[in-house]
Amino acid sequence: MAGSDRDLRTYLGDRYPRTAERIPDEVIKVAQPLFGVWRAIGYGRYLLAILVMIAIPILMKPEIVPFLEDFDSPIPYINGSFGVSVLVDTGIYILLALGLSIVVGMAGLLDLGYVAFFMIGAYTAALMTDSGGAEQFHFVVWPNLAALPFAVLVCVLAGVALGTPTLRLRGDYLAIVTLGFHEIVRQTANNLPQTNGSRGIPGIERPQLGPIEFTVLGSENYWFYLLIPAIILAVIMIRHLEDSRIGRYWTAIREDEVAAAAMGVPVVRMKVLAFAIGASTSGVAGWIYAGYLTFISPANFPLLASILILAAVVIGGLGSISGAVLGAVLVQGLPQVVREASGGETIFGFDPETGRIAVFGFLLIVVMIFRPGGLLAPKRRRVELSEASAAEGVIVDETAQPSKDEIEFASSVHEAAQHKEGS
Amino acid sequence: MAGTPLLELKDLHVRYGVIEAVRGIHLSVNEGEVVTLIGGNGAGKTTTLRSISMVHPPAQGQVLFKGEDITGMKSHHVVAKGIVQVPEGRHIFPNMSVAENLGMGAFQRTKTTKQEVSSDLDHVFELFPILQERRKQLGGTLSGGEQQMLAIGRALMAKPKLLMLDEPSMGLAPQVVERVFAVIAEVNKEGIPVLLIEQNAQMALGAAQRGYVIETGEIVLEDDAKTLLGNDQVRKAYLGEE
Repeated sequence: MAGSDRDLRTYLGDRYPRTAERIPDEVIKVAQPLFGVWRAIGYGRYLLAILVMIAIPILMKPEIVPFLEDFDSPIPYINGSFGVSVLVDTGIYILLALGLSIVVGMAGLLDLGYVAFFMIGAYTAALMTDSGGAEQFHFVVWPNLAALPFAVLVCVLAGVALGTPTLRLRGDYLAIVTLGFHEIVRQTANNLPQTNGSRGIPGIERPQLGPIEFTVLGSENYWFYLLIPAIILAVIMIRHLEDSRIGRYWTAIREDEVAAAAMGVPVVRMKVLAFAIGASTSGVAGWIYAGYLTFISPANFPLLASILILAAVVIGGLGSISGAVLGAVLVQGLPQVVREASGGETIFGFDPETGRIAVFGFLLIVVMIFRPGGLLAPKRRRVELSEASAAEGVIVDETAQPSKDEIEFASSVHEAAQHKEGS
Repeated sequence: MAGTPLLELKDLHVRYGVIEAVRGIHLSVNEGEVVTLIGGNGAGKTTTLRSISMVHPPAQGQVLFKGEDITGMKSHHVVAKGIVQVPEGRHIFPNMSVAENLGMGAFQRTKTTKQEVSSDLDHVFELFPILQERRKQLGGTLSGGEQQMLAIGRALMAKPKLLMLDEPSMGLAPQVVERVFAVIAEVNKEGIPVLLIEQNAQMALGAAQRGYVIETGEIVLEDDAKTLLGNDQVRKAYLGEE
């Protein structure tokens, strides 16, 4: 139980100093015991999180469990099949946001066409599996599960294909190229006879493992349960990348490309790798999406989707895993809940479907003004973006005295200034 | 020193598109030497350096390191060979702490043990006590002179066999420039050869044993540093004397 008695305010203060100060004492008093329990269970909290994720769809659709048939869902608005479909949409966005956060958050490469990879993943899955009466579109007809590794592989290759020619580009220029990449992919799918053009591919087969049909729990639930391990794997992968040599290379490139190259960072290779790894999660997301909808067409992958995913990553906090998850929930999940809760009424004069875009624009501006690093910015990013904390200049430190440093710093500046005057 | 020089440029041509920025220069650096390449704006100094580090490979000619042809090699392999560059304008990682910046320097040394790296770190701190004091501070919060020290320290962490400095005096107060050059002398005393690129000819020639003067992509003069300091042409062009 060591550490479980740690003060909640101190704990929060380490992460979010200014926010922690503002929390009233009463709240801390109530939350302290809960925090104690949270710390005491240690790694059990991950198990708890998984259990909660498994429980949510069951709470939304109690009828799928035999002995709960007569119960109504205790969750308001988002319940039944609709509720679970919101979860699936959100889960797919979480996967996408995680992938994009590698490219944009970790390597610092602005990608405005990320949804192109998602689309490539979905089309790969669709073209490799049995889909209704549209066999003429298929290269091969494999069981859906067998298409998964290929969806990922094709996405990774697409990442390399986009990354390689655009290596020399930085910032805005790269963003424009990625925008173009998305348009190329979309127009290709729109015009190729092999992809059935704008009519899309209907009747995509759902996965089946031998005789076991995964639709046993109700199809939406199945997809959500499939998303849980995918998201967990993606999170584990990114966690490890963050602390790895590759993660450090990316940080170096993001901070100063020239310096990174001078230190022997293989800049070119690392940028391509960021694109490739970032694209891999969208391969999984695309595969799930194709099987889940059973119908895909280019209209499912508009530019707006790219922008929403980017918005999710930015609102949540660039380079932050929990931020990407939170951002995806806010961007994809929340609007659907709001729409349902509003009962189709207009919100502030907006129709709920289009209104959410206006709300996002506004939300994005507000977040950027008050939390430039995003809602859950990682520590390094907070330092990068906030002048106030950059002036403190200490990130890893808990014991050193910045005051002493500051005095020396000031005196050395003063010295230099005097010298200038004198000369 | 007889035998093959440590670094040798043979008829190096570097182009940016149709513009030839460096037109067939010959240059060599021997073991233990400080060699300076001086010249005005746009003379081709930085281009030469970028070409040696293969960040911008030469269009023609050869770069030999310890007699081995490294022309066209990938730039991170060049760093791994021990040719380490301190880029112009310092280019430290502003949001990494001083210690993390130094750690980045040792990043391509995959075959070294942690102990070796940490003893190298101690050594850099010995050379630059100010960095030890500020090791937890962010790179971007250091003063210009300290950032230059950090950039040099970071390069030293890569265990250079040849250290290339691109205008270390740029944007620094005269007093700080003197300190930086004292540091370069200290580094060289440890046996690390230095190729120094400078506009500040006075300081550079004072620190170097040999010097080259580059003008519009061609070497126009080459001599002992002391002789160059006394050369009328150099005094007129670079030391502001009539």
